[in-house]
Amino acid sequence: MLDGRGKTRRRAGARLWLSAGWLVLALGAALLAPWIAPHDPLAQDLFAGRMPPIWVQGADPLYWLGTDSLGRDVLSRILHGGRVAFAVALVAGVATAALGALLGLLAGFYRGWVDVLISRFIDIWMAFPPVLFSILLIAVMGPGLTSIIIAIVVIDWTRFARVVRAEAMGQGAMDYVASAQVAGRGRFSTMIVEILPNVLPTIVVLLTLEMGIAVIVEAILSFVNLSISTDSPTWGSMIAEGRTSIHQAWWVLVFPLIALFLTVLSFSQLGEGLKDRFDPVLR
Amino acid sequence: MLQRTLMRLATTLVTLFGVAVIVFVVIRVVPGDPIAMMLPPMATPEDIQRLKALYGLDKSIAEQFFIWLGGVLHGDFGTSITMRQPVLGLVLGRLPATLELSVMALVIAVIWGGALALAGTRWRGSKAEAAIDVGNGMALSVPDFLWGLVLILFFGVLWPVFHISGRVSPSLELPFTTNFYLFESVLRLRFDLWADIVSHMFMPALALAFPLAAIIAQLLKQSLKETMHLDYVTLSRTKGYGENHVITREALPNAILPTLTLVGVQFTFLIGGTVIIERLFSYEGLGNMAIDAVINRDLPLIQGIVILFAVIFTGVNLIVDLLYTVLNPRLRHA
Repeated sequence: MLDGRGKTRRRAGARLWLSAGWLVLALGAALLAPWIAPHDPLAQDLFAGRMPPIWVQGADPLYWLGTDSLGRDVLSRILHGGRVAFAVALVAGVATAALGALLGLLAGFYRGWVDVLISRFIDIWMAFPPVLFSILLIAVMGPGLTSIIIAIVVIDWTRFARVVRAEAMGQGAMDYVASAQVAGRGRFSTMIVEILPNVLPTIVVLLTLEMGIAVIVEAILSFVNLSISTDSPTWGSMIAEGRTSIHQAWWVLVFPLIALFLTVLSFSQLGEGLKDRFDPVLR
Repeated sequence: MLQRTLMRLATTLVTLFGVAVIVFVVIRVVPGDPIAMMLPPMATPEDIQRLKALYGLDKSIAEQFFIWLGGVLHGDFGTSITMRQPVLGLVLGRLPATLELSVMALVIAVIWGGALALAGTRWRGSKAEAAIDVGNGMALSVPDFLWGLVLILFFGVLWPVFHISGRVSPSLELPFTTNFYLFESVLRLRFDLWADIVSHMFMPALALAFPLAAIIAQLLKQSLKETMHLDYVTLSRTKGYGENHVITREALPNAILPTLTLVGVQFTFLIGGTVIIERLFSYEGLGNMAIDAVINRDLPLIQGIVILFAVIFTGVNLIVDLLYTVLNPRLRHA
């Protein structure tokens, strides 16, 4: 069994490093976008519309990854689009984790009517198709970065609440919790000081996965044109444009798709890798 | 058993009521006025008032809710603001397209995921199993929306063998009386139409099936491998049965139950995925209509569609739950 475990660990290690590597690279590029992007992402050059990437015949050497139908530079738009993607991932991810974990802890540790109430909400939430729910919320709140983040938090808190609730229930039955109570610690303080640290690894794993989901949700919303205003470049809106001109200019779809694909894949692989790391059986 | 069923039914109804309340309240705090969008810019305040009264939007939210709920219980979901037709008819007209797509995706996922699980068990510990694991990991990490885009790129553009938009070629004459095109084309023995419809549905169905197939493969393989260590499996092996027989005839029937429950829950996620996948492939189903309804602020239509989705979701969960009770002897006699 020992060598099998070693093999799993090594594979998990490579996976962790590769995905973390891409995320650091993409995050760095997004942060530095205003300085490293070769063009203004919004600048149109109608004489250079639908220029292919640099290695294809007929390309303009000024535009490395080509241009879209309005002559905007694809590379610069991807770099700037990354800013939106990572902003949503970080803010929405952390906010969702905080709300979901808190409700999950309350339901799992306090039990009783708190649990009944929260669990009922989770059931109702599970009956909504998530994509439709998010589109609905955006339509209600109006497009914009804040709306997207709120929509993600409102929809996805159940992902955290369900898992954390189950874990908190398990932890709550353990001796150390009882002894903390005997030692005179208050109920809420026990929950935060004793239980939370023990469910934190789970929360971190879910948070990493949630960031990938947030990136996708933002892309989907900008794909259906409900994200931030149309003049801000996002991967989803680039993909939407690329989808309509796919037969004339494949590069408008392909490059933002690669960026999105690798980012989502990396968040997910990072989460899975961390899960293995935290798993005491594998450790 | 009966009591359990009734309890489940009751909680399902409570959930649906909750969904109805939330949708109703959420879309009525919309800042944009749907009525203003229907009228020409020079409409007078009296015109607006008349139209509001026509759609019942001049009453309080609670009043509106109970009027609407009363209608729903009589099968009246209101009238679509943009299409000026009863919501129920519109929604039921699109439902078959979405159901056919979801079921096709489910069938693909079960066949493919099942085959991968069996192959992974048959060649467990080998490179083939490792390859299946890596493939599953990839398929699970990336959602249907992205798989759809990848499929569009490969099979719509690079190697255009399948259609990537619409439900059926617009040039074809359709003799159908129902909206179950796929089903009816088989009944009418119109295999030319059937081929065209499948060629349109295959890409979106595959995109929806990818993640589910991976989940099925992963879980079924795990339970199969656990079952393969049990004594009765070893016994059948000592009786001289071949590996293939042992896996499919002896281990599979016992290993399949956890997967079955999971497939039920995951099927609802798959149905939820149709919303964006239909949009991506311009497939004329419920999801595509839902997005249009949201963009046009068509309140009655949005409500109808969300409620229908919720009914499908909770319905599938209910069926799976009951099926599980029937299939699991330990629960059956409880």
